[in-house]
Amino acid sequence: MTAWMADLWENVRVALDGLVVNKMRALLTMLGVVIGVAAVIALLSIGEGAQASITDQIASVGTNLIFVTPGAANLHGPVQGASGSATTLTYDDALAVADAALVPDARWVAPEYSRNTQVIFGAANINTSVQGVTAEYLEAFELTTARGRFVEQRDVDRRANVAVLGAQAAENLFGGFDPLGQKIRIALPDGDGRVSLTVIGVLEEKGSSLMGSADDNLFVPISTAQTKLFNARNPLGELVVSRINVVAASEGRAEAVQNQVNDLLLRRHGFDAAEDADFSVINQADLLSMANQVTSIMTVFLGAIAGISLLVGGIGIMNIMLVSVTERTREIGIRKAVGARKSDVLMQFLLEAVVLSLIGGVVGILLGVGLAQLVEMTGLIDSLVTWNSVLMSVGFSVAVGLFFGIYPANRAAGLHPIEALRYE
Amino acid sequence: MIEIENVTKVYQMGEVQVHALRGVSLRIEPGEWVAIMGPSGSGKSTLMHIIGCLDTPTAGLYRLDGVPVGGMDEAQLADVRNRKIGFVFQTFNLLPRTSALKQVTLPMQYSRNGARVPLDEREGRARTALEMVGLGDRMSHQPTELSGGQQQRVAIARALVNDPIIIMADEPTGNLDSTSGAEVIEIFHRLHRERGITVVMVTHDEEIGAQAERIVRLRDGVIVEEVRR
Repeated sequence: MTAWMADLWENVRVALDGLVVNKMRALLTMLGVVIGVAAVIALLSIGEGAQASITDQIASVGTNLIFVTPGAANLHGPVQGASGSATTLTYDDALAVADAALVPDARWVAPEYSRNTQVIFGAANINTSVQGVTAEYLEAFELTTARGRFVEQRDVDRRANVAVLGAQAAENLFGGFDPLGQKIRIALPDGDGRVSLTVIGVLEEKGSSLMGSADDNLFVPISTAQTKLFNARNPLGELVVSRINVVAASEGRAEAVQNQVNDLLLRRHGFDAAEDADFSVINQADLLSMANQVTSIMTVFLGAIAGISLLVGGIGIMNIMLVSVTERTREIGIRKAVGARKSDVLMQFLLEAVVLSLIGGVVGILLGVGLAQLVEMTGLIDSLVTWNSVLMSVGFSVAVGLFFGIYPANRAAGLHPIEALRYE
Repeated sequence: MIEIENVTKVYQMGEVQVHALRGVSLRIEPGEWVAIMGPSGSGKSTLMHIIGCLDTPTAGLYRLDGVPVGGMDEAQLADVRNRKIGFVFQTFNLLPRTSALKQVTLPMQYSRNGARVPLDEREGRARTALEMVGLGDRMSHQPTELSGGQQQRVAIARALVNDPIIIMADEPTGNLDSTSGAEVIEIFHRLHRERGITVVMVTHDEEIGAQAERIVRLRDGVIVEEVRR
């Protein structure tokens, strides 16, 4: 060990001695930093966790999925309004997109028309999204049936009164009973009365994703939804859809599909410029960046709130250090009399502040990680402790110690030895 | 060893200038024991602070060990105090809640460059110094656990530990009863006799002053009498 390292260590020990001499005060001072750092770690972890789980969900849908929705694109505002609020996307548009000659890179095209309404079986009822779909929907979203079968082309052709239940919807409506063959009733939102549907299938549980959970939904043939359950027509009397889901042949073709669909629909709707479009084509990358943007803002926001408490902790350090310098004026005088330079005194008090905030920071990290784990265990929110947030908090707490220690330390170092010795 | 020529010291107290020293010249040879005496306000403390390099003169020359002190900056003065001067104060001036051993180690923390004491030698030197003042069995005691006389002996050990050439003592027996005071004076005698240390002692106690080889009397910032015994 070289001499200056030994001396630095000696200085750290002097600082530690100074803290040990006044344990209670050191602990109380530290508490501010402990709470600040713990808050930063816990909130950043929750923010990062939320971001990771949202990103995971989007990625799990597959990056070759493209959504076409009515209404102008609005990537930077809030997520689109309720499905079906705009009626610019017709069923004929969907058929055109499904035409392999027009959009050659699409593997599956699954139009849907969805609305929320009440679904009743006996005394049980649930309010859920009733989704009018075609057979392609099953493939596009990689769903599987647990019992019975999914909506097929012949159901769409005949506008059959049939329904397929998501796993959770089946559980909620039927409990332990076998739903197959049972008649459920749909309350019609646009008029009085109800329509009876026969349950032909139940889906395997899929879990929730960013696009909602298929488990809660009820699937009916799109033609049934458009004409029998709801009135899905625009002022021209054309049938409309609330969304067209397109799966590209491969992930590499997603952008090509996006362009093909965009050009096709612009042409069909008679627009020259993309800015005029009365529909939007969104792929997973767009959604990912949108979600990341939202969660990043949330993380920064949470971190900033936690940062304020760290700042308050730092001011606590400065406050106590100032009191300490006044109280230890005589000690400073003694040290100077036996040969301490200005820089030695400065170093001692600065190190005390930094050691204080560093220990506070380490305890805060442990507490913060513990808090994040606790939050994780409740199962409500995911949390993710990243090295980034740990390093940032340590760095920040050292910086807080330095920043708020400099003024008191400088004050201590500047004392004149004689005046300091005379101080009562 | 200590050469002071026509030194003055002026303090600015708000609007008023206080002339603490009005031209003092003094030579102290190595191994001497000098008592600086005078009533309060005579400038004896100021003179001691200047000799002890805690303060610098407003005008005049001060050479310590042949080196002029006047042009030194704060860090150089600190080093001179650390290597060449040991202080003993009336109020002991020990660090609160610190063991005797740590008190005595303190000056070595601030020794640097050629004078640096290796970490593993510091405790041994502190022990030797404490044994020399008869406190070998009180090493781990804090000031509150020591009598006044013992505290002053810790302070003497601290003043000695860096082998200074001068010990500056400011009313070293002022806060002690006569028995402890006599013990402390005895230690000074021993150091002076056995180790040839130069002792500069500020006091207004005639009895303590009488222990010195030379008495320098100050009044109103000038030397009024020098008595060699």
